[in-house]
Amino acid sequence: MKEKEFRTASAARGGLLFMQNTPGVALGDRVRLQDYRGQIRNGQVIRSSDDLVLIQVFEGTDDLDLEHTWVRFLDQPFEVPLSPELLGRVFNGVGLPLDGRPPLISPLRRNVQGAPVNPAARAYPREFIQTGISTIDGLNSLVRGQKLPIFSGAGLPHNRLAAQIVRQASLPGEESNFAVVFAAMGVPHTDARFFQDDFEQSGVLTNVVMLMNLASDPPIERLILPRTALTVAEYLAFDLDLHVLVVLSDMTLYAEALREVAMAKGDVPTRKGYPGYLYSDLAEIYERAGRIRDKRGSVTLVPVVSMPSDDLTHPIPDLTGYITEGQIVLSRELHSQGIYPPVAVLPSLSRLMKDGIGADYTRDDHPRVASQLFAAYARALEVRNLAAIIGADELSGADRQYLEFTRAFEERFVRQGEDENRTLADTLAIAWEVLSVLPASALTRLREEDLAKYHRPAEISAPGAEP
Amino acid sequence: MADAPRILEINGPIAVVHLPGARNGEQIRVGNAGLVGEIIELDGPQATAQIYESTEGLRPGEPVAALGHPLSVELGPGLLGSLFDGVQRPLAGMLRASGDRIARGLDLPILDRQKPWHFIPDADLQPGATLRGGERLGMVQETPSISHQILAPPDVAGQLLDLAPEGDYTLEQVIAHVRQGADGAMRRLSLYQRWPVRTPRPYQRRDHAVLPLLTGQRILDTFFPLLKGGKAAVPGPFGAGKTMLQQQIVRWCNAQIVIYVGCGERGNELVDVLETLPRLTDPHNGRPLMERTLMVANTSNMPVVAREASIYVGITMAEYFRDQGYDVVMVADSTSRWAEALREVSARLGQMPAEEGYPAYLASRLSAFYERAGRVRTLSGQFGSISLIGAVSPPGGDFSEPVTNHTKDAIQTFWALSKELADARHYPAVDWSESFSGQIGAAAQWWTENVDARWEGRRAEALALLSQAEELARIVNLVGVEALSSTQRWDLEGAALVREGVLQQSALDEVDSYCSPQKQFLLLNCMLDIVHSGADMLALGVPVQRLLKLPLLAQARRYKSQYANDQLQALQRDAAQALRAALDPLRSEYVAAQNPPAEPQPAP
Ligand SMILES: Nc1ncnc2c1ncn2[C@@H]1O[C@H](COP(=O)(O)OP(=O)(O)OP(=O)(O)O)[C@@H](O)[C@H]1O
Ligand SMILES: [Mg+2]
Repeated sequence: MKEKEFRTASAARGGLLFMQNTPGVALGDRVRLQDYRGQIRNGQVIRSSDDLVLIQVFEGTDDLDLEHTWVRFLDQPFEVPLSPELLGRVFNGVGLPLDGRPPLISPLRRNVQGAPVNPAARAYPREFIQTGISTIDGLNSLVRGQKLPIFSGAGLPHNRLAAQIVRQASLPGEESNFAVVFAAMGVPHTDARFFQDDFEQSGVLTNVVMLMNLASDPPIERLILPRTALTVAEYLAFDLDLHVLVVLSDMTLYAEALREVAMAKGDVPTRKGYPGYLYSDLAEIYERAGRIRDKRGSVTLVPVVSMPSDDLTHPIPDLTGYITEGQIVLSRELHSQGIYPPVAVLPSLSRLMKDGIGADYTRDDHPRVASQLFAAYARALEVRNLAAIIGADELSGADRQYLEFTRAFEERFVRQGEDENRTLADTLAIAWEVLSVLPASALTRLREEDLAKYHRPAEISAPGAEP
Repeated sequence: MADAPRILEINGPIAVVHLPGARNGEQIRVGNAGLVGEIIELDGPQATAQIYESTEGLRPGEPVAALGHPLSVELGPGLLGSLFDGVQRPLAGMLRASGDRIARGLDLPILDRQKPWHFIPDADLQPGATLRGGERLGMVQETPSISHQILAPPDVAGQLLDLAPEGDYTLEQVIAHVRQGADGAMRRLSLYQRWPVRTPRPYQRRDHAVLPLLTGQRILDTFFPLLKGGKAAVPGPFGAGKTMLQQQIVRWCNAQIVIYVGCGERGNELVDVLETLPRLTDPHNGRPLMERTLMVANTSNMPVVAREASIYVGITMAEYFRDQGYDVVMVADSTSRWAEALREVSARLGQMPAEEGYPAYLASRLSAFYERAGRVRTLSGQFGSISLIGAVSPPGGDFSEPVTNHTKDAIQTFWALSKELADARHYPAVDWSESFSGQIGAAAQWWTENVDARWEGRRAEALALLSQAEELARIVNLVGVEALSSTQRWDLEGAALVREGVLQQSALDEVDSYCSPQKQFLLLNCMLDIVHSGADMLALGVPVQRLLKLPLLAQARRYKSQYANDQLQALQRDAAQALRAALDPLRSEYVAAQNPPAEPQPAP
């Protein structure tokens, strides 16, 4: 089809424009609209028949009229230009520059939708990334090519944590640093500023691509922004051989934009009004993380997902958890105890940890130490609840040791400074120090050899531990 | 031109096409890219089709062609060890054809057409004989452990004219001619056949399942057994361990053929299986596990309609091996993603949603799918079985949602995973109070005959101890442990021993990942022996605090990973010795203290 302009809009609502009599338009095609004031908007065809074409307008349909809206079907899919010049730049969701510099021009353009990776082409991610954060490195290790979201809530320090990860992430014994793709969807200006300043201070800004859609920007654009971001990330990883860390913040706001459009389209709502295809839609985004055989680079994904009313079972964190390879959950309780990073240890999980740690990657006792810490902390929290009911004095001697363990674990192991970059050896040393609060007989997930080597019960003696 | 078959509308994975004469279920190719799809609704000359590939770039007006057959799979030598997508396209072939990313509209042969297979005809079958559907023509030794039975397709019936002699044949070569039907039409048979996936393959009759499917996982085999030919569901919230549990079954179960269907889940999980299986050997015959395994992968980012098809592709291949007389296991991870694919298509068709947006036919589709499992007498008179294990991913981990609910009605064994257990890293996180098995009786018979006659009793005892401990834990959480009697405190510890020494089993522990039935029973027995002996001590007047301090309790929890499956004698000996060493001194101390005034023991 030749590029043609139409003025046959028949309806506009909720970010959707309905066009009549525009035959032969391809699904997914890019659209350029001109409104009555001559301003340009970007859109994409999401449904097509000869009599009716549905266009999703990324700048929204506010202030459009039907009469004077000119629609041009560009007869090409939604693509972004790609070149090494991307690094250090700032764009909006559709790939237009926001940094006052000229648009990127490159013969290489790719469809932001991306084609699915053949599962047979993937390489299993197993290279341990040291983030310098004990609750991550010790208990929920991140590996190159993993997708590991941060589940958070309003007012919790997910941004600081994400920034700390970006700053500190490194491969032990390797110099190469990460390139960063930072995608902001609906976040407040202050949050975006925070990241920008942080990147600037740590001197990585030239290694960062930022894609920004702020709280005040049109929400529909959030639908395409993570796709643009991941297209950029895939290019950096698989064409330029870089290890790329992608931070997507906030996926909940992305999903809300999706719901808005779904409602306008009249899609059948399922839980909390989200459409039934939300799972597949999120998977299309998250599954773009990974490694590919015979390719040097990797895409590691750290999405921020805020949990409405701190509810882990809310559809967005829930579906995210079903797709990602684990999650780091932040706890309001720890936060209010003043503990940073307030990582809720038990519900957090890294599924790729099992293959990224141990003798070959980190240290032989690492998996067992992690498993023991989880088990002991689970027990310890039960004891703490019990103590709250019957009073600490009524606890048995063994239970009092667990109470002490909780304190030591949260204060020594979980708590750390925002600039504190612990090596894995530091993390494991602290882990053993904390485990030494408990007697060897309580540590059955560790081997006797481990205990002989590292367990030092005398170092910290729990007050009143032995009856 | 106006009447030429063409696309009228594209809406996500759904296309409305003008295609007079199309049949429901028929395969079509749409658009210039030649994408493959399936007709699901007819309305006069218009048909609605679901497309297995991304529809981006399709335009109204592009051509459409009917292919004349429903979605079918190729069945024959070469299946084992392969990885297919949801509509049985070979992913390795696609990798060669289109690189790292899946291209659209590829038309690749499913099974290798060039490779010669050594066919040995059935000696009893002579030309002139009457051939019935499903009858055995001969075999191909596909892998050292699997001899691939070449069967007449189920819809063949007639007179065998000739049968190829022993020799090497490719899939396209004819190995037999059959004259069939009233008109005496000639039918050529080769080493492979096709079968429509939505039609169950026929068999003579159903039979009872009799033998347990041993998975090497204690919580499954000992506590909630599944029989060969049984149906099980594994529901659980994200991260609870559904995939790990299914992968453990894929690795260690004593079936002869294993089919792993990754239905709308993660790409990396399939890679994990692909990378680990070739390095592992079947504990039952020592052969590389890849030789018996076949995978269907339609990951979450692959097109949603092919995901819907994937479980039918998997089960049809399972039926094909069942028909050869094999015990087949199929795991599907996750059936919820399949149900969601169903929901998405139904929503796009504007069908009236029933519960939570799912179409009203969800329950009937689910039960019809599970119904394809079972143990049967095949058309050729052998016994074969399909055990079907489906993961369920309930939103928010809430088991009262439609997919979990309807699945529960269709299965016999329910392995419910709990978030609390998983959070405490108690794996497998199978919740013993929510789970059930409807097949204990038959399993007990096997255990009695092959392992130990006390199996059923000890199993029941352990479960009783666990549920009693849950009661006690509730009391403790209200008033503290001091409120319990000594016996109750010992019971709590006994339950903990069973939990940690028996139920907990890490898939990552090399020694403990697979546990033989003998070891399963021995471990259970060891723990219960400790519980009983401890209770005897309490009766003698030993304070419970002294029992709780015994190093034996920590020792016993490590038995599972200290003694391999071939070190059971040592385990038995050492465990008995450790028990004596721990308790004898206590016993003599308290018997001595009590003895001179030889008074009768008060009942505990
Ligand atoms: N039997 C086991 N032994 C050791 N670790 C386990 C076991 N089962 C689960 N795990 C741990 O739990 C993690 C999550 O398990 P898994 O991926 O099977 O969850 P899932 O229920 O399939 O989740 P989802 O629904 O999101 O796919 C694993 O990565 C592993 O770390
Ligand atoms: Mg899973």
